[in-house]
Amino acid sequence: MDFLRPASWEEALAAKAEYPTAVPIAGGTDIMVEINFDHRRPEYLLDLNRIELLREWEVGEEVTELGASVPYTQIMENLRGTLPGLALASHTVASPQIRNRGGVGGNLGCASPAGDSHPALLAAGCSVEVESVRGSRLVPIDEFYTGVKRNALAADELIKSVHIKNATGPQQYSKVGTRNAMVIAVCGFGLALHPDTRTVRTGIASAAPTPIRAKAAEEFLNAALEEGGFWENGKVITPSIAKQFAALASAACNPIDDVRGTAKYRRHAVGILARRQLVWTWEQYRGTTGRPLEGAA
Amino acid sequence: MRVNFTVNGRQQEADDVWEGESLLYVLRERLGLPGSKNACEQGECGSCTVRLDGVPVCSCLVAAGQVEGRDVVTVEGLADFAKQRAEHGHGGACAAGGGCGTKGVSTDEAKRWSARPGDSRTGEGVELSNIQQAFIDAGAVQCGFCTPGLLVQADELLERNADPSDQDIREALSGNLCRCTGYEKILDAVRLAAARQGEAL
Repeated sequence: MDFLRPASWEEALAAKAEYPTAVPIAGGTDIMVEINFDHRRPEYLLDLNRIELLREWEVGEEVTELGASVPYTQIMENLRGTLPGLALASHTVASPQIRNRGGVGGNLGCASPAGDSHPALLAAGCSVEVESVRGSRLVPIDEFYTGVKRNALAADELIKSVHIKNATGPQQYSKVGTRNAMVIAVCGFGLALHPDTRTVRTGIASAAPTPIRAKAAEEFLNAALEEGGFWENGKVITPSIAKQFAALASAACNPIDDVRGTAKYRRHAVGILARRQLVWTWEQYRGTTGRPLEGAA
Repeated sequence: MRVNFTVNGRQQEADDVWEGESLLYVLRERLGLPGSKNACEQGECGSCTVRLDGVPVCSCLVAAGQVEGRDVVTVEGLADFAKQRAEHGHGGACAAGGGCGTKGVSTDEAKRWSARPGDSRTGEGVELSNIQQAFIDAGAVQCGFCTPGLLVQADELLERNADPSDQDIREALSGNLCRCTGYEKILDAVRLAAARQGEAL
């Protein structure tokens, strides 16, 4: 095994071009487990810890560019206002020690269907900036996950940052697990209201071969909200809309039975999370638009 | 490969390090500092928690090569680290080159460190950090395997948050497992340390 220690982003790209099998390591919270347990012996480890730009973020007017290695702790502490869904998701990652090391780049690089940040990224809407010596490109998040632990990266590419749309409305995230810390999601769900475009977006983790959006549920809800004039009048979401949204979110899942839960349970739980989050975010939206919270309980 | 880094305020050099080796392995097997415990090797239990440039991390998940030129504090250096923090208002970042004029803890000193010849139960006669003393006084040490990680993690909590709520303590320690299940006493110990820290101010 060789340990490559590029001092700059350019050096890292050159190293990845020269050794396409090199495995990037930043927080190490995934790859070191595989090495410790002898599940994996990469020929080259490509250390990204010395590359400052991967730990930086910039909040723009509409989009936040989040460096791939910004630790979850920093996201929780500094980006709760602009990226509330991702901040909530970050808070559910493992434990403080892990959150101090891990970042979104690792979740995207591993592309595990259970990654905690995926539902938040899908719901917020974002593009992943990947780069190689050949140049850089922005991959829309909807095209990023290509299979179980597979993503759209070419062998010579590295993840540089994620360009995430700043929240224009309430966002939620929840995860089902046996305890609050150190849990791989049984399933996870994220929801973002986008009042600027009058749309909602969703994200589901651990209930399909890849992280997915519940597109039929989104389309149904977008149409129902539009039709009822909900965005303007801020009415309470009717139980029938919430119920149908939940059913469609469940239907979007394509889960498996495994040690953490059954497919049936996952489908059911995603529906519950979807319904709850719709109510939570919508009540928050109604609250922030200055209308009284009638019968919110 | 060779790795140069600072441990408990002293410059260290580890040789013949395998590229896939963890910081934990380097500390325990190459530098003779077995305070950080090797339990799960997957970041699940927190027993190997150390401060890396001040930040608590699971040393089993840090690749040895990643610590080149960086600053590590282990449980062996915790008392000294806490003392420096009390004296200088910050922890070990003055480590490399001894910017604050303190000497740090050498690996030899650290290797010799032991709760004896004082009373190993009460820690009497031994200079311990506030959090270490509180663990003893609260009876928060059972088999002791999780203790080093908990001490490093709890010390960092009290550094950040002098008056933590129970919720804060639980969350801060959520990545540290105690298989003796002595959590109540551990919580007591952190509360005790927080109270003593408050009195001292």
